[in-house]
Amino acid sequence: MSSSPVTDATFQAEVLNSDTPVLVDFWATWCGPCRAVSPIFDQIGTEHPDRIRVVKIDVDANPVTAQKYGITSIPAMKVFLGGEVVKTVIGAKPKPALETDFADWL
Amino acid sequence: MKTTLVENYPGFADGIQGMDLMGIQAERFGTEVVYDDVTAVKLTGPVKMVSLGSGEQVQARTIIFATGSANRKLGLADETRLSGYGVSWCATCDGFFFRGQTVAVVGGGDSALEEATFLSRFADTVHLIHRGETLCASQVMQDRAAADPKIVLHLHSRVEHIHDAEHVTGITITDTLDGDSQELPLQGLFVAIESDPRTHLVHGQLAFTEHGTIEVEHPSSRTEIAGVFAAGDVVDAHYRQAVTAAASGTIAAHDAEEYLAALNDPQTRAQPNLTRATAGSAGA
Repeated sequence: MSSSPVTDATFQAEVLNSDTPVLVDFWATWCGPCRAVSPIFDQIGTEHPDRIRVVKIDVDANPVTAQKYGITSIPAMKVFLGGEVVKTVIGAKPKPALETDFADWL
Repeated sequence: MKTTLVENYPGFADGIQGMDLMGIQAERFGTEVVYDDVTAVKLTGPVKMVSLGSGEQVQARTIIFATGSANRKLGLADETRLSGYGVSWCATCDGFFFRGQTVAVVGGGDSALEEATFLSRFADTVHLIHRGETLCASQVMQDRAAADPKIVLHLHSRVEHIHDAEHVTGITITDTLDGDSQELPLQGLFVAIESDPRTHLVHGQLAFTEHGTIEVEHPSSRTEIAGVFAAGDVVDAHYRQAVTAAASGTIAAHDAEEYLAALNDPQTRAQPNLTRATAGSAGA
């Protein structure tokens, strides 16, 4: 299952207003490392459906959100809880390393 | 694997995405791809051992090292902390975010000039900072950069300090000839100095050349240990092209196949080369 895309228009409703933690993958089509980690996030979302929701946002098509959160390197992964950023990880890593980084939320 | 569009791979007139060159084809022939960090290797004996970040261990009769090369860091105190907050190692990934801003590229080789030229599409000003007195990039890259009005060249200069307020706000550079320092206000710092073959896993286990690459019996990929082969940037400090690395990998695959056949083990052909076992306590 592929993690669902969110946009500038839906970010408030889908991420900031969410009752459960949301892991947001900031990515772009032209970013090779982003394409390498993307399937890992799909897996994490599928493996922990009751703990966390995984979504992705294309920074190219949604510059407002990327700018609001000061994204200057991708892939950038942020966990949102109650509308706030509670965890940020930047750069592609293998799955076990990402699972360790996000262990508190999985 | 930083390159986005590979422009010089034969057979692809319009270029091809680096990601599309990798993986998929080998999987079609039964390769199992494991996405993880290798934490240690044991190369001696007929069965080699590869330890993974997950705690798993992979056993194999042959190993091909194709771990590539890694960018060298500047060695400044705040470089790692500011990664992702203005310090970047990938212009093609991150250049987009610096539209209308000022950035610097550190380095003087082909990759530094390629990054500077790429970044000038987005940034208003690109400072190119090189410690040498002349650039070492190819003439065509130098000409392209020299003709670019957005690129400002700082030769015989080194980065002394990165300034930040959570995000990079500027750098201090020093002219190594007269010792003068100046501060450059900027938002992005792209590090593109030399890269080194990524060989830390096999230090103390294999022999190295004076260039830091793994010693092999050219033109083969054989290392000094039977069943251990090396390919790509870890054996080539000079050409380092996608197509030369691919050719090098083909050579290594052939060498490994010949090695397995010559083991004269009836099980070699009957059993897959790869077995996996979860280590008991290693993953805890």
